[in-house]
Amino acid sequence: MKDKKSYDVILFKAVSYALKAEKILKNEKLPHKLIPVPKHISSDCGVCLRIQVDARDKIMAALEDKVDIEQVRALEDK
Amino acid sequence: MSIIYFDNAATSWPKPPEINKAMQKYMRKIGANPGRSGHRLSVEAARVIYDAREKLAQLFSVADPLRIVLTKNATEALNIATLGFLKPGDHVITSGMEHNSVMRPLRLAEARGVDLTVVSCDKEGLIDPARISGAIKKNTRAVFITHASNVTGGIMPVSDIGRITRKHGLVFCVDAAQTAGSYPIDVREMNVDLLAFTGHKSLCGPAGTGGLYIREGLEKSIEPICVGGTGSRSEMEVQPDFMPDRYEAGTPNTVGIAGLQAGVDFVLSEGVEQIKNREESLVKMFMEGIGDLPGIIIYGPAFSGRRIPVVSFNITGRDPAAVALQLDDRYKIMSRAGLHCAPSAHKTIGTYPQGTVRFSFSCFNTREQVARAVEALKKISKGRK
Repeated sequence: MKDKKSYDVILFKAVSYALKAEKILKNEKLPHKLIPVPKHISSDCGVCLRIQVDARDKIMAALEDKVDIEQVRALEDK
Repeated sequence: MSIIYFDNAATSWPKPPEINKAMQKYMRKIGANPGRSGHRLSVEAARVIYDAREKLAQLFSVADPLRIVLTKNATEALNIATLGFLKPGDHVITSGMEHNSVMRPLRLAEARGVDLTVVSCDKEGLIDPARISGAIKKNTRAVFITHASNVTGGIMPVSDIGRITRKHGLVFCVDAAQTAGSYPIDVREMNVDLLAFTGHKSLCGPAGTGGLYIREGLEKSIEPICVGGTGSRSEMEVQPDFMPDRYEAGTPNTVGIAGLQAGVDFVLSEGVEQIKNREESLVKMFMEGIGDLPGIIIYGPAFSGRRIPVVSFNITGRDPAAVALQLDDRYKIMSRAGLHCAPSAHKTIGTYPQGTVRFSFSCFNTREQVARAVEALKKISKGRK
């Protein structure tokens, strides 16, 4: 299953931070998806951004100094 | 005879139709609780709120939308800025032209041990920035000033005061209840650290909306005055310390914020400068129209360019409440009479305790309406006792 895409999730303090990041990524045309925080990752309510691991460096550079990020975690298959 | 609404400094009316549309859209198609759940409608509701912050940030030249705390009104914002910030032993300076939304929390802070100096203003209700400098002490922590008086309409020299507070390392809080949306505000240029605003006046939003801009880092020195659920950090039993959640406990007024967002959008697309010019021309026309009438006294700055669209006046020998009633009964012109929640402002201009008749215009008022009001006041002033 080498061709299967692997994902990371970016976790934020609150939904408003995730939305701020989403706007920046939309403007920069960097692929991402806003998803509910998977329960095995955090018990906190709210949403996070799912990104492709390949695009991580570009995405992190775009968000740097603009949005506070809590954590970036691998999204493992359940 | 159609009705004329000249009470926009109390709340603006009518609102642009876009506000109704945005609020109805939220109620019919979104409706969920923002930031609490991960489903699409909850996210959509959170987007409405984020968009409102983003537009407000743009309007006030705030770089980061998350520096805008949304509150139920300017009063709540000012309570955070005063009671959340000032500690016993601090010294704070304000002006004699403040609305009770500033004065009452400052008086409460004073009762709790804060040292308060109220700097008096001149007869026009304007403050001399040098008097602020002169009031600064070793323990002075902040200056609270209205951007423009709700009684006289006089615009305060906030940029000059901002230079003084910056030089002395004081926190500068501006009450923009009467100016946000109808007068240019740039928090960086004006050195404003805290900006309190309401949504239901010149920002054209519904009642129940407002906010507070907090300069980066200053939230560390400001305690929330209300705590509770935020949808974030749910595992913790203490309030989050980050912006804006620190000050936004409980389910927000999302339908109101949807309207506010549309209101700010209206202001941005019309242009603050254009709105200001339109309103200024109404003020000029009104002041010129009634200035020479017998027995009429206009308060505040003589020059219409130093005012927001607010004109307070009296007719010699007449009770302002009776004049306002006559305007409403006979001419269908709605104004406000009395003290306008700012007793010390009336003491400054010499109209305490009877108050004034106040006309306040919006960009939806017309020159025809002003002409009708001038004619009405001509008749009323002739019949004065």
